[in-house]
Amino acid sequence: MKKYWRIVWNGITPSNPILILAIGLCSVVAVTNSVQNALLMTFVFSFVLIFSEIIISLLRKVIPGDIRVPIFVLVIATFTTIATLLSRAYFNSIYEAIKLYIFLVVVNCIIIGRAEAFSYQNSIVDSIFDGIGMSIGYGWVIIAMAAVREVFGNGTIAGFRVFPASYSPALVMILPPAGFLILGVLVGWLEFTLRKKKVKK
Amino acid sequence: MSYFANLGKIFVAAAFVNNIVLLQFLGLCSYIGLTDDMHASIGMGYAVTFVTVLAASVTWIIDRWILIPFNLQPFLQIVSFILVIGSLVGLVEIYIRKMSPHLYKAMGIYLPLIATNCLILGVTFINSLQGFDFVESIVEAVGAAIGYFMAMLILAGIRERLRNSELPDFFKGKAIAYMVSGIVALAFMGFQGMIK
Repeated sequence: MKKYWRIVWNGITPSNPILILAIGLCSVVAVTNSVQNALLMTFVFSFVLIFSEIIISLLRKVIPGDIRVPIFVLVIATFTTIATLLSRAYFNSIYEAIKLYIFLVVVNCIIIGRAEAFSYQNSIVDSIFDGIGMSIGYGWVIIAMAAVREVFGNGTIAGFRVFPASYSPALVMILPPAGFLILGVLVGWLEFTLRKKKVKK
Repeated sequence: MSYFANLGKIFVAAAFVNNIVLLQFLGLCSYIGLTDDMHASIGMGYAVTFVTVLAASVTWIIDRWILIPFNLQPFLQIVSFILVIGSLVGLVEIYIRKMSPHLYKAMGIYLPLIATNCLILGVTFINSLQGFDFVESIVEAVGAAIGYFMAMLILAGIRERLRNSELPDFFKGKAIAYMVSGIVALAFMGFQGMIK
């Protein structure tokens, strides 16, 4: 049990895909202008990641090493298509706003990287826990960023008003540049706390 | 508006007004990862330009002549586009290795990296979503690639200067690169009024 917890925890902070490894950034900056977009993106991302890790670790003894990357990409593309059609059916209005980034889950470096580095070498149960950990690690970052940007840029969280209507929003927060700025602050803050911990030890 | 004016508008929109890296956030992994040194970003810029234009033309043909007539677009588009780009990158790699070993050595690690660059796939999807015709797709691809090249050069130059400047330790490296690109993106938003 402890081993599984360690795998999940690994995705949440020590090798958080966004903050530490700095991969799969496109969707992170793009969809965090509202919490709803971030939630749908997290859903699509975890769906594709977990299911492709399961399939790849199921087939890992059959897939020949030379052509493994095209096969990974095919598996990921299949699940991306399923996720695209599902979100078009159930969350159409959000889907219309961010469909380009949902398509691009197929080339998300996190998913290809985890397929190559983890599920091609580990058992199915381990892969499922790795997928869950990575999805949580991805999800908390983008939902936190989206919450900050939406609260200050629009005065709402997921459509519910938190600031009174008289609050005049800081429009720059939901415009593109603020995504970069907030990500930079977040990475710097994480580095700062990690360093402080090291000094204490 | 005449056809050529329209092409110019698409080009300016792709390169400046909706800069593919800074305002649409495609290809960010290589943008942050490779701009540590100037030579790497120039090499990647050339490689991406070449493959983007090639990919845009091939996927346009597939999209318009195969996927749409046979009504396969909703569920085969992603799979076929990624396959086309993957095999295109493989072909280009073989061709360059055969024809110009020098260039191959120079581009070395960046060639395989292109296959997972979301910019190229993104441009093909934008072409398909906007319903561009063949020439418009090529113009859009060239504009986007030039926008990418420009953003890479700007950030690489700034990061070279930043290496010698005094910063708080924990902001060095990636964190400051994000913040700088935020400010550059803010500057690029000034182009917004050019296209209505």
